[in-house]
Amino acid sequence: MSAAPIPITTEPCDYRTQCEPVRARFEKLKAREVALRVDGLGKVFRNADGGETVALRGIDLVTHRREFLCVVGPSGCGKSTFVRILAGLETKSSGTVSVGGVPVSGPGADRGMVFQGYTLFPWLTVKRNVAFGLEENGESRHVAERESLQWLALIGLERFADAYPHQLSGGMKQRVAIARALAMRPRILLMDEPFSALDAQSRARMQAYLIEIWRKIDITIVFITHDLDEAVTLADRILVLKAHPGEVEELIEVPVPRPRHPGQTLTPEFRAVRTRLDALIHPAEAEADGPADLGSLDMVTRMASVGDEVE
Amino acid sequence: MRALPSSADAVPAALAPLPPVAGAAAPVGRARRSPKRSWVGVARPLPPRRRLALTLLSFLLPLGLWAAVSYLPFLWHPLVEVTNPGEVAWMEPGMRVPKAAFAEEVAASANAGTEAPAGRPANPVYLPAPHEVAVALWTTLTAPPPQRDAIWLPSSLWHSIQIIFWGFTISSIFGVPLGVLCGAQPTIARLTEPVIEFVRYLPAPAFGALMVAILGIYDGPKIAIIVIGTFFQQVLVIANTTRRVDPLLIEAALTMGSRNLRLIRRVVVPAVLPQLYRDQRILLGWAWTYLIVAELIGTSSGITFFITQQARYQHFDNVYAAILVIGFIGVATDIALALLGRRLFPYARAEA
Repeated sequence: MSAAPIPITTEPCDYRTQCEPVRARFEKLKAREVALRVDGLGKVFRNADGGETVALRGIDLVTHRREFLCVVGPSGCGKSTFVRILAGLETKSSGTVSVGGVPVSGPGADRGMVFQGYTLFPWLTVKRNVAFGLEENGESRHVAERESLQWLALIGLERFADAYPHQLSGGMKQRVAIARALAMRPRILLMDEPFSALDAQSRARMQAYLIEIWRKIDITIVFITHDLDEAVTLADRILVLKAHPGEVEELIEVPVPRPRHPGQTLTPEFRAVRTRLDALIHPAEAEADGPADLGSLDMVTRMASVGDEVE
Repeated sequence: MRALPSSADAVPAALAPLPPVAGAAAPVGRARRSPKRSWVGVARPLPPRRRLALTLLSFLLPLGLWAAVSYLPFLWHPLVEVTNPGEVAWMEPGMRVPKAAFAEEVAASANAGTEAPAGRPANPVYLPAPHEVAVALWTTLTAPPPQRDAIWLPSSLWHSIQIIFWGFTISSIFGVPLGVLCGAQPTIARLTEPVIEFVRYLPAPAFGALMVAILGIYDGPKIAIIVIGTFFQQVLVIANTTRRVDPLLIEAALTMGSRNLRLIRRVVVPAVLPQLYRDQRILLGWAWTYLIVAELIGTSSGITFFITQQARYQHFDNVYAAILVIGFIGVATDIALALLGRRLFPYARAEA
């Protein structure tokens, strides 16, 4: 999170300006049928002391088929609650959610979910983990395992078909989790900060993997993250939420052309979106604890000898 | 007061004075006390050799204490075992008498000029020496008992093992599924656990007379006591273990369409199975503790009958032998089950 602007050679641009191919892409995207529709979604938690916390209020959102949507927001904005409601793991207090025109009530096979913790079943081999959902939906074990192997081939882990999850690295586990969710052939893949437990290198690799999978499969992705660069790298559109209560701050169409590559982080479009996101999300945090912290830096008493400077 | 070098960076006056720093020559830090070694910290596994050595020592230390008390005549030995009664009318060879009484008789016979009794320091009959118990262990296990009406240790032991087996199996058939249901479903838990919690506090042996009335005097009431003693604990323990299942695993399964009993069978049970297995091992140990009381109910039987009978004959070496055998069986079963668990649940490292 570099606050200081990196000097770039190209002219800074407005994040709403889209070059021709990007605009054409968005038109094509919006012409596709609606995959997910959220209307006036609200969530109120009852506290133990009898009070109420409004986690989400009046969220409206329309996502089209094969869109890659990222959801970002300051901590406490309810982005996790949002995706859990979409998954059907949490009840909503008001509003409607429909996937492919069908209202959501409870978890269902039309929405796959990938969690931050890998949530692979440790007692099943990788192959049977991926086959799990298929078996739950009535496939025979034989068919499910054959199909599972195809998914493992897609994510490049067929060599590990008979390994147990604890034998895999974090990135590999998360690939298996993605394959397990996709094997159900859901319309929407919900991902709740799936890469935040990974180190920076694995995360970059996983982002590339995910984009590759998304390109090859007819799937709409709703991806929660707190990493703003990750959001800009992956998303078609970014839903920015604000905290207390969680409401839609802005829905940003990312003007960075596809295919995406790591070099794009320095392009004006990327910088522009990133700057906008910083402006939307970080002021709240700065108010909360920023200035007070900075002020107190001067208050640290000197306890080292003069002339023994480190900087 | 302040040993810090004053400098251009003036210290704000509002700050509280720092604690005095000992020794102005060492501005880097205060003079330190020599660091003290901490015996308590984050527990780390011991090296294998030391583990083994300590394990052996944990058995050898009590054994050593027992041997010392048995073989060092000055260590306790409150009695005198008469070897030759002399002319004391009431003494017999082999009789154990208090030291004071023996000394009185010795003094009395010295006064009277009669033959003094002879003896050697001895422990009470209920504390045989280690070697006597070792010999008794061997003979009770291999040879039939000298008394005609006495029962043989292996056969009484076999009877006890059967009682335990059936008691524990019957308890598990009902207790494990009910415990898992309670752990997986709060409504069922609330409906059953309070009353189970209540019954758990009723001592199982209290049901002895009732069980005899219902199930007769032979093995029925004994198995019933084991079941009563195990079942209620089992439900609560298994339910608590089941509640510790990672909720994310359940949510993941829900998003993939698992529901209800299938969810329990395919996700909840496998997820907690290594811990359930460990719980069962501990509960089996508890079942053994109910055995002795259970076997006293109705007609005494099994290892308890052996122990009470041998105690009545004052064959305390045999009593200790029988108690030790129970210990050996318990430890052996537990180790065997632990090894089996490691094979059954290869994915659960450090479990089972």
